[in-house]
Amino acid sequence: MKVLYKDLDEPGLNTLDGYRRRGGYDMLRKALKMEPQDVLQQMLDSNVRGRGGAGFAMGKKMSFIPKGAMDKYLVCNADESEPGTFKDRELMQKNPHQLLEGIIIGAFAIGANKSFIYIRGEYQHQADVLDAALAEARAAGLVGERILGSDHSLDLVVHRGAGAYICGEETALLDSLEGKRGNPRLKPPFPAVQGLYKGPTLINNVETLMNVPVVLSMGAEEYVKLGTETSTGTKVVSVSGCVQRPGNYEVELGTPSREIIYGLAGGPREGRTIKAWFPGGSSAPLLPGSDEFLDLPYDFDSLAKAGSMLGSGAIIVIDDSISIVDVALKTAKFYRHESCGKCTPCREGTNWTVKMLERIQTGEATPMDLDIMASVQDQIIGNCLCVLGDSMAMPIGSMIKHFRAEFETHIEIARERGGLGVSIPQVNRGEQAGPYPMLEPA
Amino acid sequence: MTIDPSKVRRFAHGSRVPGWDEAADLAKDPAVVPDPASTPVPAQVRAAIEAHMASYPDVRSAAIPALHVVQREHGWCSPTAIEQAACVLRLTPAYLAAVATFYDMFSTTPKGRHDVYVCTNISCSMRGADALYEAMLTAAGDDPDFHVKAFECLGACDIAPMASVNGEYVGPLEPADCARLVDDLRAEREVLPDKQLRKRKVAGT
Repeated sequence: MKVLYKDLDEPGLNTLDGYRRRGGYDMLRKALKMEPQDVLQQMLDSNVRGRGGAGFAMGKKMSFIPKGAMDKYLVCNADESEPGTFKDRELMQKNPHQLLEGIIIGAFAIGANKSFIYIRGEYQHQADVLDAALAEARAAGLVGERILGSDHSLDLVVHRGAGAYICGEETALLDSLEGKRGNPRLKPPFPAVQGLYKGPTLINNVETLMNVPVVLSMGAEEYVKLGTETSTGTKVVSVSGCVQRPGNYEVELGTPSREIIYGLAGGPREGRTIKAWFPGGSSAPLLPGSDEFLDLPYDFDSLAKAGSMLGSGAIIVIDDSISIVDVALKTAKFYRHESCGKCTPCREGTNWTVKMLERIQTGEATPMDLDIMASVQDQIIGNCLCVLGDSMAMPIGSMIKHFRAEFETHIEIARERGGLGVSIPQVNRGEQAGPYPMLEPA
Repeated sequence: MTIDPSKVRRFAHGSRVPGWDEAADLAKDPAVVPDPASTPVPAQVRAAIEAHMASYPDVRSAAIPALHVVQREHGWCSPTAIEQAACVLRLTPAYLAAVATFYDMFSTTPKGRHDVYVCTNISCSMRGADALYEAMLTAAGDDPDFHVKAFECLGACDIAPMASVNGEYVGPLEPADCARLVDDLRAEREVLPDKQLRKRKVAGT
């Protein structure tokens, strides 16, 4: 069942009239007549989990915002930079008013009077679309003082970033929005207690906020019937890489992954097979393309149980023509470039991982480097302020785990090409040390 | 592959970074808010930055929008540009330089007028982005108007391999499209109208 992607290409949907034709802003009217507490309860009952990466229940996050009169903020995270993810871009471009409606209702529920959409600087067209939609909404009295004659006021600003992946991390986003370099903050205090300008702040992804009017129109009882018990609703999945029809597909959570990759996206090109796939953007641990993993239901818990995560809902398919070492190097280089440099394990770990992978490419590595690389990943995980370092450590660690043989073959081939000859086994790792017999200990 | 130490270029105090010990402008103190009397700011730049300042509870938040404004005006975040933004925002140029160097879209060195970002991240590279980037560099040649840059994921993997041309997303591109793209930009035409992302329908329809 399609909820967000229903007739998304309808002409004029990005205008206020077009959105109203399909009942747009009716839910805002309905919400403003309700008590904020009741709106929040609907979100809690619907059990919508965050669509940005962490999968934290939205209602719960909203309930952490303290009550009472103070400056509270709602920030929409539209800094979509996770490799492989492009759902928010399409949603904002084609249906900006639904996002605005979600933000206004969300702000009403938590009592925020100031709201920001932090959109990545590269999305210039999408930011223009949002600005135009915002101007229309403001002219119609949907944003501003005393919305639709109620007591609720909301000021909304579209803030354009300037190209930094780290600003998708919620505390780095807040720093960036305050006009600083985008460095993550130490948590706690969590943004719900002390966020933007030291006020309580709710930060949600575009897709999550667009689900708010949907939950209200369907009612929480109906909404939970979509998806699985713990992962309710639908999810827009961005499928890219080695598939025939890359694009965004909206599915109910719990749909078999095979159906998304083969059924909707057309599967790999003729004569190719899937070697591996990222289930949730490049930060999610890679899964092999075997039946066991392709048959997994696509929802938060099943993927977590399989050792990966749903993340931002971006499937990147890698077929058998691609070398896993190349993918590892691209992934590591990305995180090296995007590491803000605040925490040592991430700043140094990403850098050294790239250097070691480059040694593998140039034929200077030995199989021992794989062990060192794996141990570097272990030392990054959990030792930084934010999860950027982990986001490299988890996929690289999973690549070494699932494709160790390919790395080792690659090392030997590259050594031979570089004229360095076969590697000398340097650590006793039994059979894993390569095709050459181990040296007997003296 | 060993490194020959005698081939490594060395600069002051044995550093490998040229000019690391030279301040950009020794006569000016970057830690002082520029004096409005001696810092001329074009009226339209001032108006644009002040409009941004009005939208935030704290003027500091307007730092990134202000840098966008001056970069558009000057072509890059030059010391003059940063100083003008600092003058309007009442911040120090050093602070704004720190912000400008953090973000990929700000350039603190002179750059071409046309930004061509070629995405070379995972999804695009699996579909030939590295060859596309090479082709784009060749097509642009040494024309100083072009600023061709390999960029991290631009969020358009559905049209991989793709490029962002002055903010307009185009794809999927072939290396052969680069010459046409460069011609369109030189003639100040719409870039590759048949490949623009904004005209694309939802996948599977």
